[in-house]
Amino acid sequence: MTMQPDPAESHPTTSAAPSGPPPRSSAFDDARMDAIMGRLLQVGVLLAASVVLAGGVMLVRTHAGERVDYRSFIARPLQLRHPAALLRGIAAGDAAAIVQLGILLLVATPIGRVAFAVVAFALERDRLYVAVSLTVLAVLLFGMLRGG
Amino acid sequence: MPLLLFTSLVFAGSFVAGLLGALTGLGGGVVLIPLLTLVFHVNLRYAIGASLVSVIATSSGAAAAYVRDGYSNVRIGMFLEVATTIGAVFGAYLAARVPTRALAVVFGLMLIYSAWLSRSQDAELVEQATPNPWSDKLRMSASFPDGNGGRQSYIVDRISWGFATMFGAGTLSGLLGIGSGAVKVLAMDKIMRIPFKVSTTTSNFMIGVTAAASAGIYLGRGFIDPGLAFPVMLGVLAGSLLGAKALVRSHVTLLRTIFAFVILALGIEMIVNGWLGKV
Repeated sequence: MTMQPDPAESHPTTSAAPSGPPPRSSAFDDARMDAIMGRLLQVGVLLAASVVLAGGVMLVRTHAGERVDYRSFIARPLQLRHPAALLRGIAAGDAAAIVQLGILLLVATPIGRVAFAVVAFALERDRLYVAVSLTVLAVLLFGMLRGG
Repeated sequence: MPLLLFTSLVFAGSFVAGLLGALTGLGGGVVLIPLLTLVFHVNLRYAIGASLVSVIATSSGAAAAYVRDGYSNVRIGMFLEVATTIGAVFGAYLAARVPTRALAVVFGLMLIYSAWLSRSQDAELVEQATPNPWSDKLRMSASFPDGNGGRQSYIVDRISWGFATMFGAGTLSGLLGIGSGAVKVLAMDKIMRIPFKVSTTTSNFMIGVTAAASAGIYLGRGFIDPGLAFPVMLGVLAGSLLGAKALVRSHVTLLRTIFAFVILALGIEMIVNGWLGKV
């Protein structure tokens, strides 16, 4: 189960290579792409979680005794098209703004993975999948900036 | 309830939800949202927003472990993400416009479906895909390690049906703030006849990207409250990472059976509450 796949063998179209470091020509293939993507996602989540934790602890410390009520929905939209307000909040040390920054980092993590896939498929000269990942990226950015 | 106590209890509850979600393979969202709405009396829209954040965290957090085994297929995932992300944007658009009561009923139905699916999961159907020229044209045919040092190759079938089902999975994810991993695996395993291990690992990758597509709309609509998202995200993430580690060493058949009945009961309660307008 935990067997390390030989990077050179991950895709049937890639020719078999002897064990050890793969030759430079086939240095970039699907297995390498997967490995980098996995690491990218892990680092992004770790970073986002740390920021959320820091902001969350501040939030609880400043409002520890206050009563909370989430029964009714009061929309407090985050205007992604106007990042200045969020930046002002972070600069002022506003705990809620720091948690929101962490959440934005978290959302950016899978988007970063798709952006990386565009580059990786381009390096593999796979034009079909460059187009496919660009489409996914466009939908993600539309969702992000259109904001409802 | 004072904020400190509320945050601690929500963190503990989210941790358990993440743990159970990972152990049963159903994801944290299916118990998290009923827990937040039925126990903590959180408005369904806030619960959905917090759940979506935790879905992105768990999917991305587990990715490195899945990649190592070499089962996931990045091309199948990316191709189907076109359908899931468009579905997710559509679902999030609907979520802001559908009344909460209707959302609760849809969520309840989804829980009952998940309960049924988790009970019938043991009977793994091994169906061979029929040769499909598009599998090669779209470069989806690949292979995975068979456990004996060799590789098992596979092809992909009924791609358009799989694509359509994935649009549905994305819509459900955007509408309810869940990963809808069960529907994604169904589309790949049962419809496209992709080997189960490839389906489940590829689905994990897709869940995070799909959820990210609706996150912008959720943020813009104020669904994601920082005070609630903080304990939920960290709790579910910690619980699911622990659950994924424990999964390797434990027999989960009994747990899954109990869990199936729990989510069945939660599903019925969500429907009743939605019907009576108590959510």
